[in-house]
Amino acid sequence: MLSKRNKEVLFNPLSKDNPVLVQILGICSTLAVTVKLEPAIVMGLSVITVMAFSNVIISLIRKTIPTTIRIIVQLVVVAALVIVVQQFLVAYDYDVSLQLNVFIGLIITNCILMGRLEAFALNNKPWPSFLDGVGNGLGYMLILVIVAFFRELLGSGTLLGYQVIPQWCYDHGYMDNGMMILPPMALITVACIIWVQRARNKDLQEQA
Amino acid sequence: MNALRKFMNKIKPQFQPGGRLAKLQSVYDGMETFLFTPNDTSRSGVHIHDGNDLKRTMITVVVALLPALFFGMYNVGYQHFLAIGQPEVGFWSMFLFGLLAMLPVIVVSYAVGLGIEFIAAQIHHKEIQEGFLVTGILIPLIVPINTPLWMTAVATAFAVIFAKEVFGGTGMNIFNVALVTRAFLFFAYPSRMSGDAAFVKVDSALGFGGGTAVDGFTGATPLGQIATYAGDGSSAPILNNVVGTPLSQCDAFTGLIAGSPGETSMIAILIGAAILLITGIASWRVMCSVFAGGLAMAALVHAMPSATYAASLLDPCTQLCYGGFAFAAVFMATDPVTGARTRIGQYIYGFMIGVIAILIRVYNSGYPEGAMLAVLLMNAFAPLIDHCVISFNIKRRLRRAK
Repeated sequence: MLSKRNKEVLFNPLSKDNPVLVQILGICSTLAVTVKLEPAIVMGLSVITVMAFSNVIISLIRKTIPTTIRIIVQLVVVAALVIVVQQFLVAYDYDVSLQLNVFIGLIITNCILMGRLEAFALNNKPWPSFLDGVGNGLGYMLILVIVAFFRELLGSGTLLGYQVIPQWCYDHGYMDNGMMILPPMALITVACIIWVQRARNKDLQEQA
Repeated sequence: MNALRKFMNKIKPQFQPGGRLAKLQSVYDGMETFLFTPNDTSRSGVHIHDGNDLKRTMITVVVALLPALFFGMYNVGYQHFLAIGQPEVGFWSMFLFGLLAMLPVIVVSYAVGLGIEFIAAQIHHKEIQEGFLVTGILIPLIVPINTPLWMTAVATAFAVIFAKEVFGGTGMNIFNVALVTRAFLFFAYPSRMSGDAAFVKVDSALGFGGGTAVDGFTGATPLGQIATYAGDGSSAPILNNVVGTPLSQCDAFTGLIAGSPGETSMIAILIGAAILLITGIASWRVMCSVFAGGLAMAALVHAMPSATYAASLLDPCTQLCYGGFAFAAVFMATDPVTGARTRIGQYIYGFMIGVIAILIRVYNSGYPEGAMLAVLLMNAFAPLIDHCVISFNIKRRLRRAK
């Protein structure tokens, strides 16, 4: 089930081959949905679901898809899954689905998805494709959660909606950083994570 | 002096690799070159040496900033005693109050900025560059006096790390570091950066002065008052000082108005400009074209006055006296690192800063002052302008060769 190669497929996207940090894909949604932790987690789970199952479906029918129209087929599959996820959210987590409104729909155009379908699912069997989808979704979600953690903590003083920074800090002059709520700081936070990751992984650094 | 030299020589081995304090080598090098002329000579190739090195350039800019700094201190005290209803206290009390109010900001700005520079230099095994000397004095001049010190510290750290060190340190930054500090404060803590409570210090400074504001006190700057103007636009808005007395053109020129410490006085800024231009440190092309651009845009908006955009009711010269426009033109736009370098490029760069500053000030009611954003925006475009000028020049000369 989890051979050495499958393990790599599943776990490499978490660090060494992270879709956000290394391939710089899916940046727009990383900037847009990370103001608060809760929407970031929901968005991450949605992407994992859509990516895993679209990878499996495309992998199952990979031999019957004519190459000339493969993008259209991929889009149809992804769009169908996105609508399922969207309806599920509206039914069970209405508030968050309002916050995420267009971004769930825009999973269809998420570059990570198209990238994985093209690069992996079209050439691999369903089980590795499933693991690849889950791995890349987890890698994406990991970054989303880290960025949202810092943005919500420093920008609103809360985590998952609960007040974390005690009131006496505010009484003594502390203020929430309004810039953390603006998209530029998401970009800078992602840049910091990239900085840390490249400092730790020597093989990601370019030769000087 | 000789004793000092001997002392420095004596402690030197400890800072060499292998010595006890090798981790502090960059600090030692920094202090040594600060105290004495560096002993190193160039060993290869042909070099032309000029006495005007980076250190002297920086010191000249700091000297040019001193009039604005001292006047800013006096004005902080003046506004304070005016606000608490004691305008009769003497010059020295006002100056002392301003000194005590600004000193902590200067200390924090230098301590944080230089601290990060020292650490970065030590990590990269490079010499400490003098670039922060100017930035460290610019920050207290452009940050409102009531900004809490920890905010200034956070903003300075952010600016030095993300606007300077990640690009490679002194001389490599794309954006003006002092303005990034201010922009960070402006977007992160907007409630402390504009409005009534930001620009006039009412409480005491390190235990000196202090009191309660008189009735009718308002701490809004002239441009802040224009932003909340509610007239019919038939005449220029009447601007008041902090206790409600109308301001004259003369007040705006001498600088006895509310605002960030360094930006209020045209006289002090013009003295600084003269120093920069006579010593040849700053580019007169940039400086003049900023004013030209500002005047042109101010004249244009003044030709189409409207009550919705009250700043368009000001006549062009008054327009340039208020806010941070002059300070930005003299000390920010002329930063040689972040500005354009080609001659034609400098004209375009400066002119666009002037135009955009007035454009933002007049037509964007969210920002009473646009000089900071204008300089930062044009910083981003400076390399592009240079690129266009150079490639145009190459094309022109190739055509001539045919």
